[in-house]
Amino acid sequence: MESRDVIMERVRAALGRKLGQKPLPPPEPLLRVSHQSPAAKLARFELRFLGTVTVVADWTFVAAAVEKLLDGKTAVASGHPYLRACGIAEVTGVSANPEDLRNGCATAGVGITSAYCLLAETGTIVLRASPEEPRLVSLLPPVHIAVVPQDRLLTNLDEMLSMTPRPVDADSSAMVLITGPSRTGDIEQFLVRGVHGPGEVHVVIVQGKTPPL
Amino acid sequence: MPRRVAIFVTCIVDQLFPNAGMAMVDVLERLGLEVEFREAQTCCAQPAFNSGYQREARAVARHFVDTFDGAETIVVPSGSCTSMITHHYADLFAHDPVALARVDALTPRVFEFSQFLLSLPNLDSLGARFPHKITYHDSCHALRELGLKDAPRRLLGMVKDLELVEMEAAEECCGFGGTFSVKFAQISGAMARTKVDSILQTGASHVVSLDSSCLMQLRGALSRGGHKVETLHLAEVLASRG
Amino acid sequence: MSAPETAIRKTLADANLQLAIYNNTGRFKENRRRAVAPDQLPEYEDLRTRAAAIKRHTLSFLDVYLLQLESAVEDSGGKVIWASTGEEAADFIVKLAKEREANLIVKSKSMTSEEIHLNDRLAHHELEAVETDLGEYILQLAGQRPFHIVAPAIHMTRNDVADIFTEKLGIEHDTVIENQAMTARRVLREKFLSAGIGITGANFLLADSGAVVIVENEGNARLTHSAPKVHVAIAGIEKVIPRARDLAVFLDLLGRSASGQALTSYTSIVTGPRRQGELDGPEEFYLVLLDAGRTKLLADPEQRESLQCIRCGACLNACPVYRKIGGHNYPWVYSGPIGKVITPSFQGKEKDTWLPFASSLCGACAEVCPVKIDIPGLLLKLRKELVTANPADRSAFQVWAWLMRRPGMYALAARIGRSLMGFNIGPLAAWRSERDLPAAPRKSFRELWKERKK
Repeated sequence: MESRDVIMERVRAALGRKLGQKPLPPPEPLLRVSHQSPAAKLARFELRFLGTVTVVADWTFVAAAVEKLLDGKTAVASGHPYLRACGIAEVTGVSANPEDLRNGCATAGVGITSAYCLLAETGTIVLRASPEEPRLVSLLPPVHIAVVPQDRLLTNLDEMLSMTPRPVDADSSAMVLITGPSRTGDIEQFLVRGVHGPGEVHVVIVQGKTPPL
Repeated sequence: MPRRVAIFVTCIVDQLFPNAGMAMVDVLERLGLEVEFREAQTCCAQPAFNSGYQREARAVARHFVDTFDGAETIVVPSGSCTSMITHHYADLFAHDPVALARVDALTPRVFEFSQFLLSLPNLDSLGARFPHKITYHDSCHALRELGLKDAPRRLLGMVKDLELVEMEAAEECCGFGGTFSVKFAQISGAMARTKVDSILQTGASHVVSLDSSCLMQLRGALSRGGHKVETLHLAEVLASRG
Repeated sequence: MSAPETAIRKTLADANLQLAIYNNTGRFKENRRRAVAPDQLPEYEDLRTRAAAIKRHTLSFLDVYLLQLESAVEDSGGKVIWASTGEEAADFIVKLAKEREANLIVKSKSMTSEEIHLNDRLAHHELEAVETDLGEYILQLAGQRPFHIVAPAIHMTRNDVADIFTEKLGIEHDTVIENQAMTARRVLREKFLSAGIGITGANFLLADSGAVVIVENEGNARLTHSAPKVHVAIAGIEKVIPRARDLAVFLDLLGRSASGQALTSYTSIVTGPRRQGELDGPEEFYLVLLDAGRTKLLADPEQRESLQCIRCGACLNACPVYRKIGGHNYPWVYSGPIGKVITPSFQGKEKDTWLPFASSLCGACAEVCPVKIDIPGLLLKLRKELVTANPADRSAFQVWAWLMRRPGMYALAARIGRSLMGFNIGPLAAWRSERDLPAAPRKSFRELWKERKK
């Protein structure tokens, strides 16, 4: 008998259940969804985020803000349409959606991404992998910048989960909740940043109208 | 007609720390209560229960239930013995509905000493005075099973000229744990010494608890370390006239 | 059969190690306390109740959820490998590595893989599996097993690390912790980018999404499941939870209970290989579902609740015994209170029979467990099962019970006992090995009472 059948039989026997027997419905989790005002959410995010938050009045100011954050370093940007629309590809030192993505990410000083959403309560950037948003851009370079419209700033994880019952699905293989820089306290509980992931994270929050795509 | 309370002094107080029992009697009598000591009492059965000897524990627990049959109120100068009765007797008799019914009728009338005092209406003074700096050890069963964090401290707050200094490790186990103290003496001793360090840091002259087993452990470690800090049961402090 | 007394004595006598264990667990303990305090998380108790309920429910219908999980994993292009034993799991990975010619494998932290000695088995087949979590990497170089479920190297100092790096990596002796971390980053970056397979554990498995949830701070798990062409996730069958939205409860509890963080740096929710058009991510995904004794635990109605564990380590940080003896004195890879209760079921109840008794039953563990496992209650149940194997001890308690039902006999025996307290035999000697014993009072309470009432 295959292991699958062995294990399943053991499980059913342990529980005293029969093949195909229906379960009871699961108990509900606690989803604390409170709708805060955009201003309140922004203030909260600025307080909680473990990195710099730059708020720009509209998308035309994004390129300059990003250039300032780059501080002369080279960067790789994902091919996300939002970044393209904000003119990221034209910023000095940025290689947008490079051919050799892996090498580009491994050698760049900064990685620039969009975001699926932001979570105010915990200062979290939520990324969803897609053809336009590869995983390594926010992971390999030592600095990560996310450019996000303000209307994607949610209150908390519970709100996101109630809106997104399937964080990963046919369109996306991976979601990651990024809360601060990479860190470790494994040696003497001494905090070191940037062990494997980026040691610095920055967010540019864009107010105003959506840029023309 | 003064209210009658039966006391269950516990085997350790009976045999090793009788003064704690006597102090409890003093406090209760000063509050105008009539104290009854039923001679048939022995042990709550916790040693057997904790060691896994359910059958033996049941036999002794039955003796407890028989002894205190009909008692309106039972007061106990120990957190661990109280929680053995109120929280674990039901487990022991889970398969015996008749015995369980007797246990369920009895357990709501069993109180740890500080619990009992605070249940009395209009308790604002015990007439006690203890002009020393003390620190308090939260015994595990009292703290976690009976929820007694504030209760003993409120009572100590009623004692004249007493200064209470909290130790950092107040809620950490002293390391007694019944047979654990001898079966795993090394670990038990190390745990006791951590408590001793914490006690010494407070500069207190006395450490107080509502469990004599903890006090025996702490006293033994303090003495072995050559320290002058003394151990007292809560009842002894509350009975103190200065 | 009996406790490793010599090893424990050595641990207790090592002043530096004692400080490291006590202070580091103390910090975790304090951070946890603050993170779940009413001003930070007013819903803490409600969350605990719900988490326990969801886990209990999932375990009660585990057959349904495992099949749902398998179906969802397959729908997203992944494959489930059912492993009855640790050997089967390891064999699958060896076979896969050989087929893909992946001689270099990177691993992120997985206690489950420690359990099945995966690295040893891989090494046996000349496959290099590199641990990438900093603490685990250091331990791998040093040839040690984890000291703590969440912070594997809390017993090590920067000097220890410097020694290990110099010896094993041939670099100059450097005790600056930042430099040590950067060395690991440099060495491991190469491995991430050239490894053929990445093996991760899983904190949770989402039955509705077919997803693996990995909670970390370093980013090594993300690299492990994103850089190599093949991602293998290995997880015990008890890791399943029904829905993605259940994470609202579990993520709130895990980070805070483990290290006082509302959310760790990275929480990854991954499923299957990369989707059509995605530019990176694995091309193949395998979820190895491990039994290896879990169905046995599931079948034990008294001990089943220990499968609710989310491996946060809070019980270790709270345990006064763990905080003295440390993780290496426990017989199995899982240490601390949870280790005490699951080891007998996994390793055999007739082995290490001392383990369930090495506790004062203080209850600090149950107080901090985010999924409300009644560890002291489980220990008592294990003790109950074990005593049948100890006739001498039992006879002593039978005599004790006989005396305790006869007040006159009890009083007499106790008076005799008190007169012998000065002697240094048996338990009295054991007591005195660590602390003083008070002199017996001349009169017992009942004798004083008689006098008082005259």
